[in-house]
Amino acid sequence: MTRVFISRDSTALSLGAEQVAKALEQQASSKGLSAEIVRNGSRGLFWLEPLVEVETSQGRVAYGPVQVEDVAPLLDAGLLDGKQHPLYLGNIEEIAYFKNQNRLTFARVGLTDPVNIDDYLAHDGYRGLKNALALQATEIVKQVTDSGLRGRGGAAFPTGIKWNTVLNAPADQKYIVCNADEGDSGTFSDRMIMEGDPFVLIEGMTIAGLAVGATQGYIYLRVEYPHAKIALNQAIEAAYKNGYLGENIQNSGKTFHLEVRSGAGAYICGEETSLLESLEGKRGLVRFKPPLPAIVGLFGKPTIVNNVISLASIPVILDKGGEYYKNYGMGRSRGTLPLQLAGNIKHPGLFEVAFGMTLRELLYDYGGGSASGRPIRAVQVGGPLGAYLHESQFDTPLDYEAFAAISAVLGHGGIVVHDDTVNMADMARYAMEFCVEESCGKCTPCRIGSTRGVEVIDRIVEGVQKDKNTVLLRDLCDTMTYGSLCAMGGMTPFPVLSALNHFPEDFGLQSAKA
Amino acid sequence: MQDYQTQKPTVLEILNTHQAMPGNLLPILHGIQDTLGYIPPAAVVDIAKSLNLSQAEVHGVISFYHYFRETPPGEHTIRICRAESCQAMNGKALETHVKQQLGIDFHETTADGIFSLEPVYCLGNCACSPSITIDDEVMGRVTTEKFDRLLATYKGAK
Repeated sequence: MTRVFISRDSTALSLGAEQVAKALEQQASSKGLSAEIVRNGSRGLFWLEPLVEVETSQGRVAYGPVQVEDVAPLLDAGLLDGKQHPLYLGNIEEIAYFKNQNRLTFARVGLTDPVNIDDYLAHDGYRGLKNALALQATEIVKQVTDSGLRGRGGAAFPTGIKWNTVLNAPADQKYIVCNADEGDSGTFSDRMIMEGDPFVLIEGMTIAGLAVGATQGYIYLRVEYPHAKIALNQAIEAAYKNGYLGENIQNSGKTFHLEVRSGAGAYICGEETSLLESLEGKRGLVRFKPPLPAIVGLFGKPTIVNNVISLASIPVILDKGGEYYKNYGMGRSRGTLPLQLAGNIKHPGLFEVAFGMTLRELLYDYGGGSASGRPIRAVQVGGPLGAYLHESQFDTPLDYEAFAAISAVLGHGGIVVHDDTVNMADMARYAMEFCVEESCGKCTPCRIGSTRGVEVIDRIVEGVQKDKNTVLLRDLCDTMTYGSLCAMGGMTPFPVLSALNHFPEDFGLQSAKA
Repeated sequence: MQDYQTQKPTVLEILNTHQAMPGNLLPILHGIQDTLGYIPPAAVVDIAKSLNLSQAEVHGVISFYHYFRETPPGEHTIRICRAESCQAMNGKALETHVKQQLGIDFHETTADGIFSLEPVYCLGNCACSPSITIDDEVMGRVTTEKFDRLLATYKGAK
C-alpha cells in the first residue's frame, strides 16, 4: 500500500486540503489503486499547499499546490509511483527554502502522523524524556540552563533561571502552564507545532514537570485554534494510554497529568499573569509583579509559565544535550527560532533557523519579495506590539540584542510584510485601536492612554495643530511605556513611534530624520 | 428567544459535571455556549449560585471575553480577521465588502437569522491572508469574489 501524505494543518485546510484528501481517496479506490492517506502536519512551505507527498521506492516525492481538479490527472500521470507531472516538486527537503533551515524544534513537523505515538517514537520521540527520567531534577535544569534557551514567547527570559526558581520554591503542589494563547498577527508557529507534532509539546511539559516537581500541567489554548485542540487531545489520550502521562510514567514512579483549557478570545490572556487569572476562572486582569508566577503562580502555587515553542524545544535539548543546542545561534541568542513569514510575501511559511540571519536575506532570498510584486516598504516583527522596520534596517541580524539596539523586538518571530501601498499612519492608529480593544483595563496608561492615542493620531492626520499634537503623542507614548503594568500598554508605543519616526510623511509631517 | 426554563436543565447538568474542576468558570461557560449557542443571561443566577460567586462576578467574566455572547447567534457565524497580516493583503476592503453583502455590522445577525458577523484578531492563518472562518472552518486568501461564492454555497445549503 502506497502511503500518501496530505496535511491536516489549518493553513493547508484553509486552502482546500480536506477536499483534496477526500477526492484522492475516492478516485484512487474507484480506479482500484491502493493508497493509504496519512494526515500529517505541514512542512511550512505554504505557497505549495495543499501539498501531496508520496512514499515511493526513490524516496518521498511531493506535488503542489494540488487542487481537487488536479487529482484525476495526477493519478493518471502515475502519482502513486512518483511520476512526472507539471505539479511535480521532487523531494521537498531538497528545496532551498527547506534545506537551508536548522530544524531542531520542527524536525518532525510535516514528516510524521502527528497523533500516532509509534510514528513519534520511530522519529526520535521521547528520547529526551528517557534521559530526563535518569537524571536528578537539578541536572535537568542544568541542561536547560546550559542550552542558553530563552523564552520564545517574546520576553526572552532565560528558561533555565525560571525553572531553577520554581525548583527551589518549596510547595506541596507546583504547576506547569503552557502559554498557547498565540495571539500576535503574523505568528503561527505554536499552532503548527500543536497541530503538526503535539507530542513534542507534551514531552517538553512532562520533562518540565520532572525538573521542578510539578505533577499537573495545563495547556491554555486560544479558542481560535479548534484544529490544534483536536490534535492535542488526541495526542494526550495516546500518551496516557501508552504510559507517557499519568501515574508512574514508564515505571519511573513519577506522575504528570496534562489537560487542555480553552481561552475565550482575549489577547491580553497571552500575558502570563492574565493567563493565570483566566485559568483560575476570572477575568484576565494583569497581576502586579512581584511576586513572580514562579513563586506565587496558578492557585497561589509555584508555576512555570512557558510558551509553546520554549517547551517544545526542551525534548531535543534533553536528547542531545544543552551544549548541542547552544552551538546554534549568535551572542546571547542561542539555538534556533522558528520564524513566521506572513502578510504580503511571495513565499510565506515557517522558517526555523539559528539566530543571526539577516531580515533582508529572509525576505528576499527565501521569502521571494512581496506577493504583490511591489517594493516592500515596512516590516513588522514580533507581533502587534513590535516595531515597524524601515528598509534601511533590513540588514539587522535576527538576534535579541541587535533588535533591542534599534528599539525593536524579535518577540515570537512573526514577520508581517507590507508593500508600498501601506499607510503607516493608519497602522499606527490601528496599533492604538488594538490596545483600546484588548487592554485588560487594570492600569490607566494602557486603558485610557490608548483611547487618547487614537484621538491624537487622528488630529495629526487631519492637520489640527500638527506639531503640538506630535509632541503630545510622543509624551503619551512615554507615559504608556513607563507607566503601564505589562507589555500591552508598555509596548504599544513601539509600532506607533516606529511608524512616526520612519514614515513621518504618512502623518503629513516633514521628514525629521537626523 | 428561547425560554430559559427549557434551557435550565442543560445549564444545571454542565454545572454539575464541572463541580470538582479547579478554575471551572471558563470551562462551564464554554460548555453552555457550545451546547446552547450562547450564554442566556438568566443562567448567570444559577452559575453564580453553584460557584458561590456574585452575579456581578460571573457577568464580569462573560463580558470580559470577546468570544462569549449573551444573545443567540445566527445559523452560521462568520469571523473576519482584522489584524495586520490580513490588512497587508487587502483585509480592510474585504471587511467592507462582507458588511455590505450581509447588510450588517460586526456583532450583528442578518434579519433572516442565517449569518452573524464577528471581528477576530488573528486566526493563525497569516501565511495565507486575508482569512475568515465560517463556523469552525478556516478559509485563506479570501478575495471578494471568493467570499461571494462561499456565501452562495452557505445560503444554498440552508
